[in-house]
Amino acid sequence: MANDAVVDKGRRRFLTATTAVVGGAGAAVAAIPFIKSWEPSARAKSAGAPVLADISKIEAGQKVTFAWRGLPVFVVNRTKAQLDALPGVDSRLRDPKSDNTAQQPEYAKNEFRSIKPEWLVLIGICTHLGCVPDFFPELKPEPFDPNWQGGFYCPCHKSRFDMSGRVFDGVPAPANLAVPKYHFVDESHILIGVDPGKGAA
Amino acid sequence: MTKPTTLTMGKAMLIKFAAALTLGLALLAPLHASEGGSLQAANVSLNDTAALQRGAKLYFNYCSGCHSLRYVRYSRIAEDLQIDPKDVEANLIFTGAKIGDLALSSMSAEDGTKWFGKAPPDLSLEGRSKGADWIYSYLKSFYLDPTRPLGWNNTVFENASMPNVLWELQGLQSPVRKGGKADGPIEHLDLTTPGRQSAAEFDRSVRDITAFLQYVGEPAALKRESMGVWVLLYLAVFTLLAYLLKREFWKDVH
Amino acid sequence: MGTTMVRLHPKNRVLAWVEDRLPILSFMSSHTSGYYAPKNFNLWYYFGSLALLVLVNQILTGIFLTMFYKPSALEVAPGISAAFASVEYIMRDVEWGWLIRYMHSTGASLFFVVVYLHMFRGLMYGSFKKPRELVWILGMLIFLALMAEAFMGYVLPWGNMSFWGAKVIISLFGTVPWIGESLVEWIMGDYLPADATLNRFFALHVIALPLVLLLLVVLHLGALHEVGSNNPDGVEIKQKKKEDGTPLDGIAFHPYYTVKDIFGTGVFLFIAAFIIFYAPTFGGWFLEHDNFIPANNLATPTHIKPVWYFTPFYAILRMIPSFLGSAIWGVIAMFASIAVLFVMPWIDAGPVKSIRYRGVGYKVALALFAVSFVMLGAVGAGVTAEVIPQWFGAHVDATFVENLFGRFWTAVYFGFFVFLWFYSRGMERTKPVPERVTTHD
Repeated sequence: MANDAVVDKGRRRFLTATTAVVGGAGAAVAAIPFIKSWEPSARAKSAGAPVLADISKIEAGQKVTFAWRGLPVFVVNRTKAQLDALPGVDSRLRDPKSDNTAQQPEYAKNEFRSIKPEWLVLIGICTHLGCVPDFFPELKPEPFDPNWQGGFYCPCHKSRFDMSGRVFDGVPAPANLAVPKYHFVDESHILIGVDPGKGAA
Repeated sequence: MTKPTTLTMGKAMLIKFAAALTLGLALLAPLHASEGGSLQAANVSLNDTAALQRGAKLYFNYCSGCHSLRYVRYSRIAEDLQIDPKDVEANLIFTGAKIGDLALSSMSAEDGTKWFGKAPPDLSLEGRSKGADWIYSYLKSFYLDPTRPLGWNNTVFENASMPNVLWELQGLQSPVRKGGKADGPIEHLDLTTPGRQSAAEFDRSVRDITAFLQYVGEPAALKRESMGVWVLLYLAVFTLLAYLLKREFWKDVH
Repeated sequence: MGTTMVRLHPKNRVLAWVEDRLPILSFMSSHTSGYYAPKNFNLWYYFGSLALLVLVNQILTGIFLTMFYKPSALEVAPGISAAFASVEYIMRDVEWGWLIRYMHSTGASLFFVVVYLHMFRGLMYGSFKKPRELVWILGMLIFLALMAEAFMGYVLPWGNMSFWGAKVIISLFGTVPWIGESLVEWIMGDYLPADATLNRFFALHVIALPLVLLLLVVLHLGALHEVGSNNPDGVEIKQKKKEDGTPLDGIAFHPYYTVKDIFGTGVFLFIAAFIIFYAPTFGGWFLEHDNFIPANNLATPTHIKPVWYFTPFYAILRMIPSFLGSAIWGVIAMFASIAVLFVMPWIDAGPVKSIRYRGVGYKVALALFAVSFVMLGAVGAGVTAEVIPQWFGAHVDATFVENLFGRFWTAVYFGFFVFLWFYSRGMERTKPVPERVTTHD
């Protein structure tokens, strides 16, 4: 064995490298099904399907929570007073203009962070560590803020958000409360989970 | 230099061994599939999307009232059979279910037991447990039998609790018994009252339902068969490379 | 020693630091490039490495199936258990779940294909003989563990064949005198295969038996590398050495047999992929039709039989009638059919290893033994029961013919060992064994 015989080292190296590359590529592709099997299954996707929310019964100043993908989604019918107070708190906020585009769709990047000014739709999960903030709608001094203009207060680590879900400066939460994809199906129904102008998902 | 002989010896033995096994299996395979007496060949093709669509429509109109497909989602049917989800909602869903839901029947097991003596089974896996030929033959083999609670019997599945839900399409069949005796064995079924469809049309309808149930038994089959070719092609290339590599290294071995 | 341990000193300082404390690279190299195997391996020698490949496949796909499967016989709907439903969930709702499951179920059957061929190779070339008795015994233990592993895996989908398969196999233990009945209840944790049974089988299938299997495989390979591989000529290559102390007819396992096994892997994967993508149930042989029906403790499937790889042993069980008021004889015969293989190294006293240089008697006997295994498989799978009426007409007593047939081949199966005992002790006329393997130049 392995003696004298003329060994074509180049060919040997080439074949070794080619087989290794082709085999490695095959193994990599074979790994895809295993990796993808961890993605939400058809059952999870079905359970996380868009939610049609009936908002006709929500009175001014009231908040109703809907479940979408297991998350609480707040729908608030804001009063004129609450809306008027929004610009006043801009100076105390970390991201008053909603420049962090990850926190809301393009159509909710405005002072009200909503499609229709009075209707606020938010994922009710504190951007700090995932607690559900409490709703303090009234424009009156609260124990945690003497200048309170209405908004959300997280009981876990005292993060504060205004009536548009915008985070205050100097609290643990780093970003505004997220606005999910949603659109108005008609005057009294919103579909949570689907952008405007898209059909059923 | 005895290398060729020894190599062929091992190879020949292995080939004989493999041949014997394959032959054995080939002999056994058809036997295995033929259980259940004389069945008619369904000859369904999962590639015929139009047939699957017709089958789905027939299934949801005639079968889904009593039978569930508890592992099948409407959305999957829409995707696999290339039906617009809106059409599925409009034409296939009669239970108020959402598109992502499972195709459950609205009949409860208790009601099924009360009405038929036995709850109608789930049909998700009927194509896998019974096979296409059985389903096809069964659906064609109903006949009038006044001795049964619902007035129906079946030559493929004797004393089945299920009535012939397709009778409007097929018409009514009566048994022709050996020697004309009332308790003689059934020789064949005679169509005594024609239905809305001709015999050929009805065969197609039943074949479509069968194809649909075959698909429903294993929705992955569609994807499986189309992607298998690529996997085999890749493996052929890889094996060829591996062979060249082996041959190259084994030049050292004398 | 089959291996030459050379202490490596890597240039990389981190590797060298590790290597000085744990010589893992030296160990790996001594068992690959330092392991000298006979250069005349033929096709039969692919099956060992292929068995290892399938083991890896079973572990990988098994781990992923465990992430989605629910080991619960509790009902999620009338007549449908959580376990059964979770298998269909894998087949339909989990992305690529169907592929992972088919890889696992096809792998199970192919595991037995390669293991049976691997064992037959050992019988052909005398790989069980001195000095490789322990390699053989460890291999037999792997086979036993594999059978337990496969049986418990087969129960997990909780289909009707799973249930009745479990019931029949566990009932075997009921034939043990005196304690049989309580033993069966203890194994099941209930009065029939139930949730408790499924739970414990799941634990054994996914962790306990795989650990045992892995340990046995390591020992099997360790023992092999100590004594060195046999070969189709049955010649001990270590008896003729070069100046450097390596066997004259040996070649380094790496790279020569690694590249050869990669080629074998390619061919094997091609066949496996063909089955997975185009015949995953293999006509009802790998995944049985009746197992797509949920477990039903009130209705036994019409054709109750084990999966194909157990059928030869199952046939032996069925062919032995009960007498003296006990059914234990069939059970004893079935276990004996496996146990007798363990003592193969001591039954066969023949001085020659390879079938190439053994007497005609051994060749004929081994061929008949292989045929008996296949025929018993056919009996166990219920093939003969179906064929006999078709071939001989309905008027023939099929059970009588089947029993005659099955008992004949059972006798041939055991006869092989009896014959070999006497044949190898003085009757065998062997051919001269060459001094070196027959492929040298």
